[in-house]
Amino acid sequence: MSNQPAFTRRQFLGTSLAMISTAAAVPIFLDDSAWAMADPDGRAPGNIPGTPDQRILVVVQLTGGNDGLNTVVPFGMPEYYNSRPRMAIEEKQVLRIAGADGVGLNPELAPLKSMLDDGMASIIQGVGYPNPNRSHFSSMDIWHTADTNGGRGLGWLGRAMDEELATHDGKIPATSCVCVGGEAPLAAAGMLYKPISFERSNLFRWVGRDLHPALGAEYDRINRAGVVGPAAEAAARPLISSANGPANQAAFVMRTALDAQLASDRIRGALAGDPLTAFPDSPLANQLKMVAKMIKAELPTRVYYVSMGSFDTHANQPNNHGRLLGQFSAAVQAFYAELKAMGQRSRVLTLAFSEFGRRVEQNASNGTDHGTAGPVFMFGDMIRPGLLGEHPSLKADRLDKGDLVFNADFRSIYADVLDGWMKINSAKVLGQAFPRAQVLKTKARV
Amino acid sequence: MAPSTSLRPIAPKAFGYAQAQHLLARAGFGGTPAQILALQNMGLDKAVDHLVDYQAIDDHDLPEPKADPDIMRPESMEDRLAERNAKREDEAAYREKKRAEFLRRQGLDRLQMRDLAEWWLARMIATPRPLEEKLTLLWHGHFASNHRVVHDSYLLLRQNQMFRKLANGSFADLAYAIVRDPAMIKFLNNDSNVARHPNENLARELMELFTLGVGHYTEQDIKEGARALTGNSFDDNEFRFRAPIHDGGVKTILGQFGPYDGEQFVRVILQNRQCPVWVATKLYKHFVGDIDLKPDASAESVVAQLAEALWGAQYELKPTLKTLFKSQHFYEPAIMGNQIKSPAQIVVGSARVLGAPQRDVRTLHDAMAMMGQRLFDPPSVAGWYGGRGWINTSTLFVRQNLCAYILTGKLPLEDGWSAQKLDFDPMFLIADLPTKSPEAVADHLLATLLGTHAPDRRDDLVRFLKGRSAGITRDVLVGALLLITALPEYQLC
Repeated sequence: MSNQPAFTRRQFLGTSLAMISTAAAVPIFLDDSAWAMADPDGRAPGNIPGTPDQRILVVVQLTGGNDGLNTVVPFGMPEYYNSRPRMAIEEKQVLRIAGADGVGLNPELAPLKSMLDDGMASIIQGVGYPNPNRSHFSSMDIWHTADTNGGRGLGWLGRAMDEELATHDGKIPATSCVCVGGEAPLAAAGMLYKPISFERSNLFRWVGRDLHPALGAEYDRINRAGVVGPAAEAAARPLISSANGPANQAAFVMRTALDAQLASDRIRGALAGDPLTAFPDSPLANQLKMVAKMIKAELPTRVYYVSMGSFDTHANQPNNHGRLLGQFSAAVQAFYAELKAMGQRSRVLTLAFSEFGRRVEQNASNGTDHGTAGPVFMFGDMIRPGLLGEHPSLKADRLDKGDLVFNADFRSIYADVLDGWMKINSAKVLGQAFPRAQVLKTKARV
Repeated sequence: MAPSTSLRPIAPKAFGYAQAQHLLARAGFGGTPAQILALQNMGLDKAVDHLVDYQAIDDHDLPEPKADPDIMRPESMEDRLAERNAKREDEAAYREKKRAEFLRRQGLDRLQMRDLAEWWLARMIATPRPLEEKLTLLWHGHFASNHRVVHDSYLLLRQNQMFRKLANGSFADLAYAIVRDPAMIKFLNNDSNVARHPNENLARELMELFTLGVGHYTEQDIKEGARALTGNSFDDNEFRFRAPIHDGGVKTILGQFGPYDGEQFVRVILQNRQCPVWVATKLYKHFVGDIDLKPDASAESVVAQLAEALWGAQYELKPTLKTLFKSQHFYEPAIMGNQIKSPAQIVVGSARVLGAPQRDVRTLHDAMAMMGQRLFDPPSVAGWYGGRGWINTSTLFVRQNLCAYILTGKLPLEDGWSAQKLDFDPMFLIADLPTKSPEAVADHLLATLLGTHAPDRRDDLVRFLKGRSAGITRDVLVGALLLITALPEYQLC
């Protein structure tokens, strides 16, 4: 191995602040159409005292299947201790929630408790869907597509953005949905709308332009042109597969290349600054810090998507799970502290979910296997705070094959968020009308 | 018009430079003009045999991996005795010592895993048997386990060597091997799958992801399958069947019943007609086209025929792959140049094809990880999703910048560029051209690097070359290659 230092992200993506200012300017015609601020008509939910005009949804994905029973702990149910002789949270360690009886929080969730006390958090108990699927991938697809059959490659947020495209004559900003992370989640994939996604702040520049002066102009001509050539005649070979043949990948890559150039200019500018408050050092906290910067820079973004992993605790769960919960709740708490310091807190609603909860009974490896229903968390000024709904019963005759039975359908939470917060018709997005979960305060809706 | 779905071979005379370029890109990682020409001159049958029957190609020059098998090995009996004595004397100190020792070993193991990933990447770049590595990568992503969970680099190396040994053999052998593979057993917790407390993880993923797919088994099949797999464990880096914790009772799986063990459970699965369909789907996605979003009718028809071929060949992969690589469907215009390169494909392919000096492998692998594909570290047991999932607004820049590194050896730093000097002379790529006009140079480079998309970018490249007053110099040629590797179409093969 050579002595040369390994490629760091910073080197590779190659952007000191000085470089940002020398980035090629976006041609005006592109800038206009693609980046116009989204507040196009009177549909915006403004003019309600205390309710902001441009509302933002942040989705936090807890990947792997969060063990709901060791998160929101039913210490008042003896079955909990009988099922988990070696990994139940002791009653004396449980953090108590005001007004809740026999149910409390994992001791690592002190930041969440503090947000609950401040009226900034709500926990919806026992969220799931009928005929639960215990596969990570299938259940995650169900949550992402809001389709209990797993959908066909389109996510609920992507379809919501498609609705927006339809209502706004095909013109919404490319940054309407921004996903922090390597791969754009299925949830954000629309038929027409594709999200912006990236992993680190120093992104979005082709370094080749620095090597040969003549290259930049030619590169920009090609990569900022959009879909051209035979690929533009996509009618015969559509962007997604059809009965007539495979998807046209050239058209897809060309469109992504154009998106990348535009996003480059805008997002690198937004992420150059520092936050006002301190964030803990964890992957989720770093992602939420980036989201806060983009909110501060007034990006015309309606949905941000972040995630954290490792919740698949089949073995040695107690220490690992507690650490994850601590990271999760501290990151969200820091995010809202930053939003408050920026004066933007009331614009931002956060929804945190996992693809399923875990089996009631622990396994032989001091862990838990895949289960069904679990808690969903929402944060912000506009939610009804506290513990909502009922904790699922742990009584043997109330379990389904050893798993909890859900008592709130996750799609009724989506409906609440879409109709009540995003002002996007949930019945169109979800394919049917679900009763709203009413986590959002009625006062804020009108 | 819908593409041909026939698996019958194309006419021998239809196998030209473009077809050879396509074959080498899909059954390997692409090639230089000389390598493509050599394949073309063999003709279709011999070219395909050459790539698929790769055991005939001498590869003894490739370096063997260096690995310490014992970094994560559990302690010996003497160690444990000594520690028990130490513990009796001072428990707190003993615990602290154990913790420090464990952390030290984990750190060493992470470094060893990194070295092994770099060994494998270097092997992909250097091998004279590209299909062997491409298949090994396929099985790594298909029977996916990762170091983040396994925490034992030696077990993952052994698994990698198993995949390589069986790569073009029989899928049945791979399926039998995976339920005995220590890394997979550890990854999916089958070492704690015991008769009294079955752990369903391996049984579920075996059917859901490795052999059948969702919808082709029941939750009850999983519970029974988990019972069959009880006792499949490992000890001292080797598979071990622990009879006392095996459930010897009768199980009913996929409609068959018997006192199955793990091997018999796999046999029951292999007798199910859905299994070849599932494997054929994987082969299609790996070698033919991205069908993640919505399988089109032509792909479904080809997958069904491929499944028949695999079933008829009793899961032997070589005849199945040969049929595919010679087929009319494989050389359809809608198929050629319409697959998104995986990170391995673009990194290994660029390193092999551009003819640049060997660059730092750690740098190449770090770049691959940033594109979403770290070797020995697929994101989950489902492997890498691939297809359009590889390309987003950020990975596109990483892909372009990685090519710039391969071509120039330069890394962008905080305050300028690293000091490695440009030592790449690509003039050899056009050495055999009789005339070196901008048009001739553009056509030649694009035919090799862009395949079927070459005509679409001819004007762009000719314009760039004509605009250089120096003529076709070394620097201008490097510039042309920088531009080509930053084209959207370079992301496809």
